[in-house]
Amino acid sequence: VNDTALQYVLAAILVLPLLGAVGALLPPPPGLRGRDPDQAVLRHGVTVTGAVLVLAVVLAAGFDHGHPAKMQATTDLNWIPALRIHLHLGVDGISLPLLVLSALLTFLCALYSYFRMPEGPSPKAFVALLLLLETGTLATFSALDLILFFLAFETVLIPMYFLIARWGGGDRERSALRFIVYTLLGSVIMLLGLLLIGVKAGTFDMVTLATDNGSHLSHTTQLIAVLAIGTGLAVKAPMWPLHSWLPDAHTAAPTVGSVLLAGVLLKMGTYGLVRIVLPMAPGGMRTFAPYLAAFAVIGILYGSLACLALARHGNGGDLKRLIAYSSVGHMGFVLLGIASMNPTGVNGALFANIAHGLITGLLFFLVGALKDRYGTSDLDQLAGRTGAALYGRAPRLGGLLAFGAVASLGLPGLAGFWGEMLAMFGAFKPGDGLSRPVYLTFTALAAFGTLLTAAYLLTVVRRVCMGDRDTARSQPALADVRGYEFAAWTPLAALTVLAGLWPAVLTGLSDPAVRSLLGGN
Amino acid sequence: MTSPLTQSVDWTALAPAVIPAGLAVVVLVADLFLPPRRKQVLVWVTVVGLAGALASLIPLRAGHHTTFCLTAAQGGGCSYTADRFTLVIQVLVLGGALLTALLSAHAAPAPDDPPVLGSVGASSDGPEGEFWFLLLSSAAGAALLPAARDLITLVVALEVTTLPAFAMVGLRRGDRLAGEAALKFFLTSVAATAVTLLGISFVYATTGSMHMDAVARGLAHTPGQLHTLAKAGAALTVVGFAFKLAVAPFHFWVPDTYAGAPLPVAAYLSVVGKAAGFSGLILVTEIAFRPYADTWGPAMGVLAALTMTVGNVGALRQRPGADRSAVRLLAWSSIGQAGYLLVPLAAQSAGRTPGYQVGTTVAYALMYGVVNLGAFAVAALVARSAPKGRITDFRGLYGSRPLAALALAFFLLCLAGLPPGVIGLFAKVAVFSSAVDARHGWLAVIMAVNVVIALVYYLRWTALLFARPEGVTEGGDDSVSAAGAGGPGGGLAVAPPARTPLALAAAIALTTAGGLVLSGAPQIVLRYAQGTLL
Repeated sequence: VNDTALQYVLAAILVLPLLGAVGALLPPPPGLRGRDPDQAVLRHGVTVTGAVLVLAVVLAAGFDHGHPAKMQATTDLNWIPALRIHLHLGVDGISLPLLVLSALLTFLCALYSYFRMPEGPSPKAFVALLLLLETGTLATFSALDLILFFLAFETVLIPMYFLIARWGGGDRERSALRFIVYTLLGSVIMLLGLLLIGVKAGTFDMVTLATDNGSHLSHTTQLIAVLAIGTGLAVKAPMWPLHSWLPDAHTAAPTVGSVLLAGVLLKMGTYGLVRIVLPMAPGGMRTFAPYLAAFAVIGILYGSLACLALARHGNGGDLKRLIAYSSVGHMGFVLLGIASMNPTGVNGALFANIAHGLITGLLFFLVGALKDRYGTSDLDQLAGRTGAALYGRAPRLGGLLAFGAVASLGLPGLAGFWGEMLAMFGAFKPGDGLSRPVYLTFTALAAFGTLLTAAYLLTVVRRVCMGDRDTARSQPALADVRGYEFAAWTPLAALTVLAGLWPAVLTGLSDPAVRSLLGGN
Repeated sequence: MTSPLTQSVDWTALAPAVIPAGLAVVVLVADLFLPPRRKQVLVWVTVVGLAGALASLIPLRAGHHTTFCLTAAQGGGCSYTADRFTLVIQVLVLGGALLTALLSAHAAPAPDDPPVLGSVGASSDGPEGEFWFLLLSSAAGAALLPAARDLITLVVALEVTTLPAFAMVGLRRGDRLAGEAALKFFLTSVAATAVTLLGISFVYATTGSMHMDAVARGLAHTPGQLHTLAKAGAALTVVGFAFKLAVAPFHFWVPDTYAGAPLPVAAYLSVVGKAAGFSGLILVTEIAFRPYADTWGPAMGVLAALTMTVGNVGALRQRPGADRSAVRLLAWSSIGQAGYLLVPLAAQSAGRTPGYQVGTTVAYALMYGVVNLGAFAVAALVARSAPKGRITDFRGLYGSRPLAALALAFFLLCLAGLPPGVIGLFAKVAVFSSAVDARHGWLAVIMAVNVVIALVYYLRWTALLFARPEGVTEGGDDSVSAAGAGGPGGGLAVAPPARTPLALAAAIALTTAGGLVLSGAPQIVLRYAQGTLL
């Protein structure tokens, strides 16, 4: 497949969900009316996201795996000459896995909603918002112009706000508002940093800026730019102490909202750090990297401790909130890898990014299913005094939950292991100009964090999956994994195993690209 | 062989201002002779006339036309210039007036139409012709204003713009609020004009000229003892324009005036009135008082920061359940938006070429004009069935009028500057860019915080459009409420949606189409942000 064809594939990947979002609002054409309007529009969502996934797979297949450092399938149109904004798109080894992951997760969410639509207003708007969200995420991972990146970054806000505020539960309106206010404040500040780079360097083109490695920017400019852009991306990632929107948003969001929030939206923050901050302002990044690493390690410990507290009996911990806090911890590893500023760490960060998307996506699906069956995700109500005995009542569901938990704690052989190990390896021997003793301390603390992670996840498994014989035999019987649930979860579980057994499939793609972004060191 | 007593006048260049003025007289006279049931004709005469005035800009778009010039012996200088800046502002004000006419059209007297908030000259015995006369006169003044290149023409144009507006605000007889609004508007405006005139007289005293170029030359070489007088004159002149643009701390008249005025008039003031204010401000600061650029630049920055903060915080504090809260919120938010308009002007002072940043203000104003008029158009539509004009009246609008709700959501998101309102986002990016470019980091940060504050109230309103209608239990039985939201007559349960008047539908369609086209091709307005306009 040559590059021109791939270029159209990438353009179609971005345009299709946008058109689909508009189409979802229109009445269905004759012949596609389905059983009723709701079913028709949900099927429309599955069709469009499915088509996008197929195109993403085609893109990945046609991608020249021999040169992952090179931008491929590029399009460069002069969109707004007045502001020097180009419609510049393309993928390389860093963005391709994220692009495929986003397409996959959105498709699985659409599929899951087709059978199990979250409670709330009509599915018409739901599908339109889901597709608009997909446009924004896919555009974020393929934009090669700083302002275009910002536009895509902002596009996800409104859909996610409404997904939480309309189809969520609990304190949804306040959580949704908090989500959007936090992230918007961050991203507007990020815009200032992006504009600063653009004004000083005279271009918004991310490829040119990355090739320059900040050589056209003074150190002061780089410092301000890293501070501004980093703040915006750190809110999204989220980095401790800017994470406080996340647990509420996850707790209130519907299942598919949580899956996409954890699986895709958080990645946009870390992707931005790798794609923009590291290559374009390395000097500024070197100054701030130890602070980023420190916050990352605090995030790891804080997230794990919060989870431990939530997992304990009698604390009334919410399972969704627990997984949200575990995300803070996992994203801490990603940030630590980025802050190490060497190829090993950054590769680890990118690997952990994908792994977290797969595993946490799966965990949110599973918790959503538990909530459907029990009517609550409160751990104490769920588990009672002796444990929920899921192994006995719904063995497949229990098994999958245990699988997700051990994958999340980083069992070797599953996807969660490589990313966090590489990130800690990177931090063990940080890039030039970074203090080794400081990073050694961080590495040690992060390693302690993995222990805490194992502790709370195993507690959850013990309390939810195990239990006494009476509970296991109690009536009414609990529905085990249903057909559509299998369909939505199997790809995630399979990819978790695949990435765990064959990490080279990801590192082989990202490593050359990372080395070229870091300026060949 | 030119005689000093007669001069050749370039009527083509004058056409955009002369056509509405001529038409105003025609409408006033025609009103006397038309039988009451034929008065609807006046609406279409006005609309067609304004469209004609817009069309008269087409032959001017290439070139730089001047007229009413002094001879070289008198020092050169022209009173009327039709350059790119003039033409763009004329497009904005004439287009704004055209949309206002469409918004007002539905209020034409019909026996079965009860007087509502959205109407102008409410009751069926209201003198309709007056309104069209006033609108056209005001539009003529607003079209003349950006072309004015001497201070007297400028002030005359400004007064021609605002004097009819007082009457338009107070046209609803027997309404206490309208009378109060008109009086408040009148008093502040007259005070502002008096201050401006005093300032201009000081400037004239020091420079001995009224033409802006000559004033700029004169101010650069003021004799020492006249420095204070000249500076005071410049400051007072600027203050007068700040009143019209509703720059904080001269903004207090805006919410009451907008809330008391008929909705279309509030829309008119928020777009055309603002355009008149800031184009006058641009002319005096960029051309006439250019030598003082270093003084007024930072001052403008402070005013911009103050204005946007005051406006957005004011909008945030509006209670959605209060009467006329929709217009009040739009009024406060228009103050906030005026703050963004000032940012590029503040950046200009430190800038390089004269008039370099002005284009960003103009581009932002074009975006703002389109989407703000659109928001007012939907508000006017809703006000027909819910005359109290509360924001809570918009609850569940998507259920009863899905297209209007989607349009309003789009406009509000444009004003907030978030996708899918792409043009709003890029207009803000252009403004931010000018601030960063001029190293006004502090101003950019204040604006960033303001954008977030503004998001909260715009988003609250947007969310309300899609909320479950009142009367259906929140969070209770979802299948029931979902059916309620989807079914007809959900939102405005009291008054089932009447048919949308043609003119109002046209106004909403035009602004929506404008917003969508601009979102796809922002270059259409943003090209003014590139290079110099003046």
